[in-house]
Amino acid sequence: MSQAPQPSSAMQPVLRVIGLPHLGIGPKIAALVLALIVAATILAPWLAPHDPLTMDPLVRLKGPMEGHPLGTDNYGRDILSRVLIGGRLSLVIGIAAAVVSVILGLVIGMIAGFFHTADAIIMRMMDALMAIPAILLAIALVALNGPSVGSVIAAITIPEIPRVVRLVRAVVLGAREEPYVEAAIALGSSTFKILTRHLLPNTLAPLIVQGTYILASAILTEAILSFLGAGVSTETPTWGNIMAEGRQFFRIKPDLILYPGVMLSLCILSINLLGDAARDMLDPRLKKRAG
Amino acid sequence: MLGYILRRILAVIPVMLLVAVFVFLLLRLTPGDPAAIIAGDMATPAQLERIREAMGLNQPLHVQFFTWVGQLLRGDLGTSLISSTPVAGMIADRMGPTLAIALLTILMSVALAIPMGVIAAWKHRSGADYAVMTFSVLGFSVPVFVIGYVFILLFSLKLGWFPVQGYTPISEGLVAFLKNAFLPALTLTTIYVALIARMTRANMLEVLGEDYIRTARAKGAPEHRVLFRHALRNAAVPILTVIGTGFALLIGGVVVTETVFNIPGIGRLTVDAILARDYPVIQAMILLTSFLYVLVNLIIDLSYTFFDPRIRY
Amino acid sequence: MLKKLTATLLASSILAGSAWAETTVTAVMHSGLRVLDPVMTTAHITRDHAYMIYDVLIAQDSEFQPQPQMADWEISEDQKTYVFTLRDGLKFHDGEPVTAADAVASLKRWAENDAGGQVIMDRTESLEATDDKTITWVLSEPFVPMLDVLSKQSALPPFIMPARVAETPADEPITDYTGSGPFRFVEEEFQPGVSVTYEKNPDYVPRDEPADWMAGGKVVNVDKVKWVNMADIQTAVNALMSGEIDYIEQMQVDLLPLLEGDPNVVVEVREPTGMQTMTRLNFLHPPFDDPKIRQAALAAISQEPVLAAMIGNPEYYQICGAVLGCGTPLGSETDADTLTGGGGMEKAKALLEEAGYDGTPVVLMAPTDLVALATQPVVVSQMLRDAGFTVDMQPMDWQTLVTRRAGQAAPADGGWNMFITNWMVPEISNPISNPMLNGRGNDAWFGWPTDEKIEQLKAEYIAAEDLDAQKQVSDKIQAHAIENVLLVPLGQYSLPQARRSTITDMINSPVPVFWNLKKTE
Repeated sequence: MSQAPQPSSAMQPVLRVIGLPHLGIGPKIAALVLALIVAATILAPWLAPHDPLTMDPLVRLKGPMEGHPLGTDNYGRDILSRVLIGGRLSLVIGIAAAVVSVILGLVIGMIAGFFHTADAIIMRMMDALMAIPAILLAIALVALNGPSVGSVIAAITIPEIPRVVRLVRAVVLGAREEPYVEAAIALGSSTFKILTRHLLPNTLAPLIVQGTYILASAILTEAILSFLGAGVSTETPTWGNIMAEGRQFFRIKPDLILYPGVMLSLCILSINLLGDAARDMLDPRLKKRAG
Repeated sequence: MLGYILRRILAVIPVMLLVAVFVFLLLRLTPGDPAAIIAGDMATPAQLERIREAMGLNQPLHVQFFTWVGQLLRGDLGTSLISSTPVAGMIADRMGPTLAIALLTILMSVALAIPMGVIAAWKHRSGADYAVMTFSVLGFSVPVFVIGYVFILLFSLKLGWFPVQGYTPISEGLVAFLKNAFLPALTLTTIYVALIARMTRANMLEVLGEDYIRTARAKGAPEHRVLFRHALRNAAVPILTVIGTGFALLIGGVVVTETVFNIPGIGRLTVDAILARDYPVIQAMILLTSFLYVLVNLIIDLSYTFFDPRIRY
Repeated sequence: MLKKLTATLLASSILAGSAWAETTVTAVMHSGLRVLDPVMTTAHITRDHAYMIYDVLIAQDSEFQPQPQMADWEISEDQKTYVFTLRDGLKFHDGEPVTAADAVASLKRWAENDAGGQVIMDRTESLEATDDKTITWVLSEPFVPMLDVLSKQSALPPFIMPARVAETPADEPITDYTGSGPFRFVEEEFQPGVSVTYEKNPDYVPRDEPADWMAGGKVVNVDKVKWVNMADIQTAVNALMSGEIDYIEQMQVDLLPLLEGDPNVVVEVREPTGMQTMTRLNFLHPPFDDPKIRQAALAAISQEPVLAAMIGNPEYYQICGAVLGCGTPLGSETDADTLTGGGGMEKAKALLEEAGYDGTPVVLMAPTDLVALATQPVVVSQMLRDAGFTVDMQPMDWQTLVTRRAGQAAPADGGWNMFITNWMVPEISNPISNPMLNGRGNDAWFGWPTDEKIEQLKAEYIAAEDLDAQKQVSDKIQAHAIENVLLVPLGQYSLPQARRSTITDMINSPVPVFWNLKKTE
């Protein structure tokens, strides 16, 4: 494939992703949209006109009115406030699931890739985990452990791990054969040093791409879990559970799905587009064609 | 070749055994007492204890595990704790709708996605390419239940083209079947198309850059022949792989669409069983879907030899 | 071959066009049928199923009075001996005649699991079949509500099964679904949680009296009844409007506007007495082991927001502080003013202060998968917080809740402090059968209050000789239940049903039944 990346140069593509100026117009818009959504959710406590939990059941399922720019939900809570605050937890769950699965996948994958003895066992376990349909595993985990934020994150994370492990293992297996790694082994560098100094940097670029995809799919999975009745409580709004709750009013008040749905879709769309852009930049095969 | 096939088939055994261990532990180490569910509202602790005893829930974990695996090996999937009917029968009753809709989805997706991906790669960086890419990213970004509801609103309620819910088996006529199955399949197709179209495009781009394509073009081969005979055939392996790994995604999607369209398939069976702590059904379903996943991927792996003449074992 | 096929097709099309056209009523019930043993669960859907395929000895009419159904009865002078005589023509679905021995076996199995049945058994000297048609039940002391318990239509009614089935231990599910009721269970078409099919029992001999709730002649006018489960009520509404189904047992009130103006659909309230929604506190653990803190919780709660969030349209809910339900013979609203009058937030705060509440969290179990139970905990937890309670609302599915509420562990170890459920008013309208009014500690219903006074009051009620005396005791029971917070009534509601206008003559009973109704094309 491409020439052997030196440890120092392996960081270069990563830096290039962060350097936004290289992006095309699509990814630029995506970055802007994502930045706006993230800003809105961070500033939600100041932007939201109401506490997302304050209810007045006698003023429920109303359209836009004074004090409630987007109307109220079935408890008479302010929809705008809930959608803004809900984005926070959706993003937190997404980011947590992405970070945890990438870190765990990285550790397991490096072990599998580097230590032949562990490889077979780890990979069989990963095969088994991967064979269980992710959604079924996730609902089972949430339903059986109780729908707390922690168990939702765990339920989304666990099925993602095998994919990261496979990716990392493949990179490590490839890099192991590189002359500079073999040289380091021959020189008697400690295993830990070889792993962190020489092998880790190689995994970063593909992991960033994979991480963005996991982030996007985690936000989506949270919504689906809520839809199937295995999400977090309505007292901690997320885009997913706002939609899940609004589902029973879809025919009379589609707004309850529409607003969080549009926010969620825009957010995931932006993340996916940025992920694609990152991959295109980092993928040497595509670069060859483009260049 | 034969040795390879045999090795691959044997490799399924440890994977399935591990799946069985995972599933068993997942269910037994979490709270929830099926005896309480069976006994109902008015049960006394003594009644509960008798039910637990009768169900074997009081035995040590490893004994329960080996009893269960022993039953599995004899082909006995157990009896539902809730409805007292054999699990195998319940699954058999409900396999049809799920398989039919999954197959219809794969057919529709492949028929749409491969031309989309080929065109996108062929006209790289054109309007068509961006349109395909945007659509495929959208497919990943909108929750499947939202898509389902929008389709119902549009095609069933506004236009009246399809019934809003339900399922008719193929045995009652292809047209009747398609009337019910089309919308759920179309809903799932939006995701699956996204996945396959992306993969097709990416692999076509790669293959189109290879020397033998340039050679073929230089020799004056007609463009459609270059695309479909030379390029697509070589891009087929990764595309097949994605259809296989996408199978898990499809199962997830089926669970949701079965709820939206009220289809009595195995997806709803599983979700209902999980919510009711119907252990034998959950165990059987997760094992079965995992086995299907492994099987589909095994078949795809083995079919590589057919699609990619370079791979020989 | 082809000829034969054409002939068959022709024949079937002729049949379809004739007066023999098969009529099938397709109904969406409130939940999917999974458990088929009516003695093992109090789930309403299982009871509804049992009314289709089984028959009962005596049954309640629309005045809540017991009437003969399979049997007539005679009571001895001393009120200790009840003799039931089976009527002629009763046959099980397998063709065997129904005998007194079948009835006795069924009653014994029922009495093991039913709270009312246990009370009767405690007073039973003998229960036996004295001949093929006669059941003789001898009590050790008079028990006035005897016939009320035997004819009750909810929780567990005593359904009559063949003796061979009724010999199944009461904690093992039956596997033979032979009944003698007006419909037969089509076992091959049963898909648990999805659909169940019943066909008319051609051998059923209805009584001559007109149908009146569960009493009177059960005349079946359709060939098949099919119950299909739809997880999403909107799907059901869409299907009803397009004619794919005929009937929805429980409509979501918020969705009623969709059906308005559709000439083919009729919306109506079936149950004249409706449902009670209520919350139960756990007496074993802090903070609700302290009566003052229980009273504070009751004072903090106002019914109207709970009902509004749950139902929406006030036409379908009723603010009602009666423990025994409003619109019932014994219901009284004594001392429930804060509940019905917008809450007593100041009183609640004062009571908490007085009790020295230390912020111990209240674990409120909130089911997420049942529409009829999902909203109340959200509203109640907000009101408790406003009063100064620390509330830990734990969302879970109903099955987890059912499992957890049976455990007596401390809330921190997987126990609980509070949950909410709904009852049909007939289930709670009588102090004897109302599960919340049981003060026998560990033998009481979940929450396990030890309350001697309520037991005394119930004994007084049993001893009461006429309705006036019963009413007086019931008023005391109400006052005591509120004072000790045996439950917090959250109000009453009725979920309307919706049917195609082609379905007529439905019986307006609390239990949805499918005899008597007609379907026109």
